[in-house]
Amino acid sequence: MSAIPDIAVSLTVNGERVSRRIEARRHLIDFLRLDLGLMGSHTGCEHGVCGACTVRVDGRIVRGCLVLAASLDGSQVETIEGVSDSGEIVDLQEAFIARNACQCGYCTSGMLMTAADLLKANPRPTREEIREHISGNYCRCTGYHAIVDAVETVAAKRNGRAGP
Amino acid sequence: MKAPPFAYVRAASLDEVFRLWGEAGPEARLLAGGQTLLASLAFRLSDPGILIDITRVADLAGISQVGNAIRVGALTTHADLGASDLLRRHVPLIAETVPLIAHPAIRNRGTIGGSLAFADPAAELPACCVALDATIMARSAAGERRIPAAQFFTGLYATALAQNELIAAIELPVARPSERSTILELARRSGDYAMAGVAAHAQLDNGALGELRLVFFGVGETPVLAKGAMAAIEGKPATPETIAVAQTALDADLDPPADLHGSAEMKRHLARVLLVRALRTIAGSEEAKAA
Repeated sequence: MSAIPDIAVSLTVNGERVSRRIEARRHLIDFLRLDLGLMGSHTGCEHGVCGACTVRVDGRIVRGCLVLAASLDGSQVETIEGVSDSGEIVDLQEAFIARNACQCGYCTSGMLMTAADLLKANPRPTREEIREHISGNYCRCTGYHAIVDAVETVAAKRNGRAGP
Repeated sequence: MKAPPFAYVRAASLDEVFRLWGEAGPEARLLAGGQTLLASLAFRLSDPGILIDITRVADLAGISQVGNAIRVGALTTHADLGASDLLRRHVPLIAETVPLIAHPAIRNRGTIGGSLAFADPAAELPACCVALDATIMARSAAGERRIPAAQFFTGLYATALAQNELIAAIELPVARPSERSTILELARRSGDYAMAGVAAHAQLDNGALGELRLVFFGVGETPVLAKGAMAAIEGKPATPETIAVAQTALDADLDPPADLHGSAEMKRHLARVLLVRALRTIAGSEEAKAA
């Protein structure tokens, strides 16, 4: 079998241009973690079930394990590091800490990316809508109530009301 | 797990897709949203050697009205299906279906063409397309041909697509004012594949259901058109009596295999429950879905 050529890819990650040559089979999370050293997005199930690898591509949340980095030439990728540095989700992060919604922390970055996505599209979600939106993100500590509480608190504060 | 090594090429046009596909040989796979393909590669369930990325082929994108149909490009993501005003107005069953498909992050990548071509018997969109009497626009190097959705799903994960033929678009008929439709499913967790589901579609005329199509999913090797149950109600209102006759007829329409989600008898039971809810819903009883 002849050698399989690497793929050249240039994309923007958290506002910075990066260019690499990578194996075609490299998924976005391995690319972020192993090639770029961005360890905040987590590798979980690697087949699209757990949501620990949730990141943004061109403004939309995706499963990082179900996207090939090679296919993202020209794309804009945002990770938990990017939205932390920009301050975009500082209130969500504070609420996760205050509500003890992190626990072991493995699902947290994916949960935060998903919660931020929800609040952008729907600033006043019900608890049911919060649960529905995070339904693809597993917390194996099963701390879902605390996570829903934290998101609900942030939604209320952003709307100028006291949290629950 | 990690996917096996494979080569990757990106096509810019349909001509290029067919040229690359022809050169790559029969093991090559097309990459659209990748939400099933990349998971199955991670499990090493397939070893395609080469992926041909079709996501930037403009001819496979977009939603537009063509006569009495809405033409949906195969690359349209589930999220874009749900966000389309054209579909919301003219094919409301699609907007109702989108929230049932997987989870937001998957809906942002997964495509309607990919869902139909994969032909999972528990998936929602194949059943919807059969219920709506949609047409699959198949494209090969030789040109385009039209395949009625009811003839498209030929077996477990099997379709009427020929070698080196892809789905270019789906044509969904524009709803008439008398049209009623719904989709209902029972899943253990939100976003999971359904244990059983039904897509229902009819014309409502003075309380009577005409041109009724009931398509069950998750209960067979393909979406299942419940012809006996349909015939039992056709032209009649959904009353306790007609529904009971349809439920009896449904037993002969279905031969559900037991799977991870339950026994055959449990699936028959769920299908009977869904049949009642679907008929009451399209017949106009607002509270019926919750019943």
